[in-house]
Amino acid sequence: MLRRYGSQYAPAVLMIAVAVAAFFAFPFNLAFLTRILIMIVLVLSLDLVLGYAGIATLGQAAMYGAGAYAAGLFAIHVWADPVAGLLIGALAGAALAALAGLALMRTHGLTLIMLTIAVAQICSEIANRARDITGGADGLRGIRMQPVLGIWEFDFIGRTGYWYAFAVAAVVMVLLAVLVRSPFGLSLRGIHQSPERMLAIGAPVYWRRHAAYTLGGGIAGIAGALTAQITQLVSLETFSFALSAEAMIMLILGGTGRLYGAVIGTVIFMWVHHTAAANDPFNWLFVIGAMVLAVVFFLPTGLISLPPALKRLAKGGRHAGS
Amino acid sequence: MQGLEVRGLSKRFGGLVVSENIDFDLKPGDRKALIGPNGAGKSTFANLVTGILAPSGGTIRFDGQDIGGMGEAHRVKLGIAKTFQITTLFPEMTVRENLRLPILEREGRGFRMFRRASGDAAVEDEIGTLMAQFDLGPLADRPVRDLAYGQQRLVEMALTLALKPRVLILDEPAAGVPSSETHLITDAIARLPEDLAVLVIEHDMDLVFKVARSIVVLVQGRILTEGTPSEIAGNAQVRELYLGGGHD
Amino acid sequence: MDLLLNIAVDGIAYGMILFMIAVGLSVTMGLMRVVNLAHGGFALIGGALAHWLGAELGLGFWLAAPLAIAGTVLIALPLERVLYRRIYGFGELQQVLATIGLTFLMIASVNYLLGSTLLPIELPPALRQTVDLGFRQLTAHRAAVIVVGLVVIAGLWGLLDRTRFGIRLRAAVDNRDTASAIGINTSSIYMLTFALGAGLAALGGILGAELLPIDAYYPLRYMVLFLIVVAIGGMGSILGSFVAALAIGVIETASRYLVPDLATIVFFGFVILFLAVRPRGLMGSA
Repeated sequence: MLRRYGSQYAPAVLMIAVAVAAFFAFPFNLAFLTRILIMIVLVLSLDLVLGYAGIATLGQAAMYGAGAYAAGLFAIHVWADPVAGLLIGALAGAALAALAGLALMRTHGLTLIMLTIAVAQICSEIANRARDITGGADGLRGIRMQPVLGIWEFDFIGRTGYWYAFAVAAVVMVLLAVLVRSPFGLSLRGIHQSPERMLAIGAPVYWRRHAAYTLGGGIAGIAGALTAQITQLVSLETFSFALSAEAMIMLILGGTGRLYGAVIGTVIFMWVHHTAAANDPFNWLFVIGAMVLAVVFFLPTGLISLPPALKRLAKGGRHAGS
Repeated sequence: MQGLEVRGLSKRFGGLVVSENIDFDLKPGDRKALIGPNGAGKSTFANLVTGILAPSGGTIRFDGQDIGGMGEAHRVKLGIAKTFQITTLFPEMTVRENLRLPILEREGRGFRMFRRASGDAAVEDEIGTLMAQFDLGPLADRPVRDLAYGQQRLVEMALTLALKPRVLILDEPAAGVPSSETHLITDAIARLPEDLAVLVIEHDMDLVFKVARSIVVLVQGRILTEGTPSEIAGNAQVRELYLGGGHD
Repeated sequence: MDLLLNIAVDGIAYGMILFMIAVGLSVTMGLMRVVNLAHGGFALIGGALAHWLGAELGLGFWLAAPLAIAGTVLIALPLERVLYRRIYGFGELQQVLATIGLTFLMIASVNYLLGSTLLPIELPPALRQTVDLGFRQLTAHRAAVIVVGLVVIAGLWGLLDRTRFGIRLRAAVDNRDTASAIGINTSSIYMLTFALGAGLAALGGILGAELLPIDAYYPLRYMVLFLIVVAIGGMGSILGSFVAALAIGVIETASRYLVPDLATIVFFGFVILFLAVRPRGLMGSA
């Protein structure tokens, strides 16, 4: 019994340990570490939508951006409380996903992928045109947050930001872990694997997918709100195709439909980005392009399947040897 | 009337008539088989009854209620369920999970988000009973894609039965199953609940004659005749038109 | 009246360009069932080659353009053989990823070789003059684009309707398995179709450089635009792509003339509504 719980909680304990270790090991890179945590939240939202529900999307940035702008504007004009801002971001992301989802969830395949990109582009265009409200291409500036829960002030080294982002990422992770084991989560996997069978057992497939897309949108909105609060800036880049594509690459790199895959994929991708990107974004495109092709051709189920694959290989080797 | 009552049912695709003026009854406890040559409209008939296709004319009643205009999901809730001709399971899930899904959907719990799907003892008991009924117990925690095809057909039946239907349509339950395993299917059909109304659509005549108490012969979208297995086996018209002497 | 004519001429010329670039995408998607996000990359390669041959090597447009198209086809053929052939059987997601990866590599390569600045293609004097239609003046370039677009659709129609290749191609689009079962060599059809699509994309990229300027980020910038043509036209339908491209060309041009501030939003709004009502597009098959 003890061992069972041990193995169940081991990854969570390990992740907390890594987060603490990273905090002390890279005290001058906290901004970068915080960005990783925020991306983890975004990629987790994508794992729910794409990994579990099987909704192919290249537009998760739409909800991320909506959350970022909503939280930023809320902080400037209404109330600068971080947690309230997170809720506003989540609501904005969920509302956008619910609205767009009404049309998007009627489509499949290429059309769906294309429309998800289009929604993000529309959002970007709206934010660009509404210069008076959003700051247009200059970005939304002047976000000053109050202390988290009225206690912890955001400091310029980014310590508070780091732990705040970590706490949010952990809560999202736990929420999703509960969600994917629930009847709802099971039905999403069912829809992913065989939508026609789900219809035949009487499940409202369209609304189930819509709910998943809306929830995923809410979580993406939380990620957006985090970035607005911590960097104190929201730019049009939050809606960019590159962000959606990178989030998808991180997810596939780690492995879909497992939550931990999203974490591992994000950490590795961001780390490679940090070290390899250097200053030239085009060189970075070479790296990322090659990385993506390598994953697709050699590791189609993601890095998370690497250890078992190696284990099998080793075992096979031993068998062959004996 | 209890059960299924079909009157004057027809279906046209453009100019092509695939079902014409079909009258058909299925009462609780019935064991009927629907046979006919390829293209006779057997699957179309099944799809009309389950609501996958909309009829061009005629009525379908279930317990006296007109269900002709209802969607597939609605009819499932009323108790009309069909197995798929081509196995359509959740391949990456275990047998247990494959059976858990329809039970949870039947109970209307598909939107519950904060409880474990496996946390309800009554549901788990029901899964256990179903697996025992189809001898699937030893395979409970194996992913369905790893099972032999005959075993997958059993899961297919168990999954459909998990919806607690009152009318069960088995669309070619033995299709693709090697002959050494067809007895699994026949046995499973024999063990179905007595009061269930069962319609089997099947090519395999041995299976049909083993499980059916009444056989309906469909030719070119029309009912040619209906009778007991021995009547059908002795019917010269059926032998000529369908069995063609090939079955002996 | 003048405004309407301007919209019509610009919109149709723009639509012809979209058609040339997107038709190959539509046919390969209908035929190979591959979600190819890198297709715009072939328009980029065509445009970049034409720029290089013209600006760096000093070749005239009439020589540079055909050479650039041939060069694109020569690049596309091995890509089909080595890369695309392997992803035909993949899931949708893997295809999306692989073709995004390829798109990134194309962008990075063009940038590495030619830089990230605009890559202009100078038009020959013959295309820069104006043509007098009697009731109005028209640049020769626009007229040429429209004429070439019509020639392409007529040529494709002839190819599909009148040649053995076309009959086989249509059979393969309708049903791959049957086609290969009755002895049609789908493998060579795939390759020829892919090369043809890439060549047409290069042609569209070169001729359309005035409307859709060539630079390294071209395939990402216009990805959605090309995908919209395919989705609205219906995958695998040449006529559908043609109608959709012209409609999109005219609608987008009109909204840029009439409601410049809201053009993008109005345009995308139409597209989403249309596809929500008709998810398979104008002439889509299952």
